[in-house]
Amino acid sequence: MQEKVLMKGNEALAEAAILAGCRHYFGYPITPQTEVAAYMSKKMPKIGGVFLQAESEIAAINMVYGVAATGKRCMTSSSSPGIALKCEGISYLAGSDLPALIVNVQRGGPGLGGIQPSQSDYFLATRGPGHGDFHVIVLAPASVQEMADMTLKGFELADKYRMPCMLLADGTMGQMMEPVVLPDPVEIDTTPKDWAVTGTECKREHHIVNSLYLSPKKLEDINLERFERYKQIEENECLWEEFMMEDAEICIVSCGITARVSRNAILEARKQGIKVGMIRPITLWPFPKKALLSAADKVKSFISVELNMGQMKEDIELAIRCKKPVYGCTRVGGMITTVDDILASIKEAAKGEE
Amino acid sequence: MAVVFEKPKALTDNVLHYCPGCTHGIVHRLVAEVIDELGIEGRTIGIAPVGCSVMAYDYFTVDMVEAAHGRAPAVATGVKRSDPSKIVFTYQGDGDLASIGMCETVHSAARGENITIIFINNAIYGMTGGQMAPTSLPGQVTQTSPYGRNTETQGFPIRVCELLSELDGPAYLERVTVNNVKNVRNAKKAIKKAFQNQVDGKGFSLVEVLSTCPTNWGMTPQKALEWIDEKMIPYYPLGVYRDKDGENNG
Repeated sequence: MQEKVLMKGNEALAEAAILAGCRHYFGYPITPQTEVAAYMSKKMPKIGGVFLQAESEIAAINMVYGVAATGKRCMTSSSSPGIALKCEGISYLAGSDLPALIVNVQRGGPGLGGIQPSQSDYFLATRGPGHGDFHVIVLAPASVQEMADMTLKGFELADKYRMPCMLLADGTMGQMMEPVVLPDPVEIDTTPKDWAVTGTECKREHHIVNSLYLSPKKLEDINLERFERYKQIEENECLWEEFMMEDAEICIVSCGITARVSRNAILEARKQGIKVGMIRPITLWPFPKKALLSAADKVKSFISVELNMGQMKEDIELAIRCKKPVYGCTRVGGMITTVDDILASIKEAAKGEE
Repeated sequence: MAVVFEKPKALTDNVLHYCPGCTHGIVHRLVAEVIDELGIEGRTIGIAPVGCSVMAYDYFTVDMVEAAHGRAPAVATGVKRSDPSKIVFTYQGDGDLASIGMCETVHSAARGENITIIFINNAIYGMTGGQMAPTSLPGQVTQTSPYGRNTETQGFPIRVCELLSELDGPAYLERVTVNNVKNVRNAKKAIKKAFQNQVDGKGFSLVEVLSTCPTNWGMTPQKALEWIDEKMIPYYPLGVYRDKDGENNG
């Protein structure tokens, strides 16, 4: 057990990645996640690791693809516009069944947008970030502690299911400082993977890391196998947190910084006699559909609190099969919902019930 | 009975899919011979491109990675940085290396990344059916320059070796061709040096091989070999554009 330290979210995730056994980081400067690269550039050379500032986001994700093909833990980090550039490589990682961690510390968009916190890449992350039919596991931390914990979790899940995993943080999570207990260093299994390119030593058939299948039948089979794995993930890996849901009549659904603000709004609403609770999805893909569906039988309405124009709201409606109304409380462009914003939505929802 | 000629060990038994008269087969063989001669088969990892040689991963017995279009030098960088004791090469065409992947090419060269790049320049996009390449010659007729490459609207061909020779990073840059026996022998020497450099830790080595595409050039294999002499070499002179060995030796 390590001692509690005060750290910035971006630095906590970087240190957690090192503790998770990641020794290969490739990045490109972009606000608000550049501290990750700065941290790695200081630390990696001292522990025999590799820090490389790539010529572009595209090159960085392809360097990750190269290391991942050799079976080692590796990562890249960026922010929204940079993640868009990485989507090509993320699709190839998914198509070649390679594990890797991609960190997205989101900022406002579209286009160059702004540099303030946002959750506007929800669709991009949860719908398969790139061309083709695939998913990445998406983790949404809501504290600096979770920035560290989810980094570790992300590497574990990526390895377990041989697929890319995205840590989807909003800019606030990257920039804010909080006390954090870093994870203990992980002992990594260094046995060469039976699919990795490590050199044949002229002792085995060559390994090919590839996403090209010119036979449509073969390509369909590969996709179907992959989606069997996705089904297992949806079954076994959903993570969420419930807050004051026991007697709740209104259920807020929110992740990241807006979940933090929502907690305060819930406490305030309860003082005013409105029974509100929250389901905070921690995995955005797989989305905790079952938890929401069972809540739909108990509550009268939902409120989606998010820093975009209502992207997660669609997943909530799908999860609860539109059984109950879903209100939206949204801010965009780097504006963060306030307790008052959320309270207003709670009151609107409460009125709607009558 | 004495064996006088055999297939290199580093080539698989798969039948090459290349068109009649295409020189990919020759270059594949040269790369495999070099891998055999240097005894590095067991620790070599190849990166295949997107283009005609996309399925190079089926032809070499070494571990292979298939990269996205143009990204092979970045993927090679990742593989090499993961384990510098491995010998990592990319095999790329002109569209892959000099158009969509130019950024990755220039920066891996600038970093002096200790990898080997085999660059096939046949002045056309073969796989997609003969479109204008960054290396198509002025006036060259292709599917997307049907009236001949017009330099006013379609710009000029890129001489990759000359361009990279402006950088401090590369250890070795040479342009060769494989259109006759003498040139094949020279090409083999260059490819061997490019791999030997990596074994010796000397850094970025690139061999540009002027190659044929009879199918998309609309020529017989024989005419295509002659076209290299007549048209390509005058625009793309053969020779060494960087050799840090030579410079060190004064």
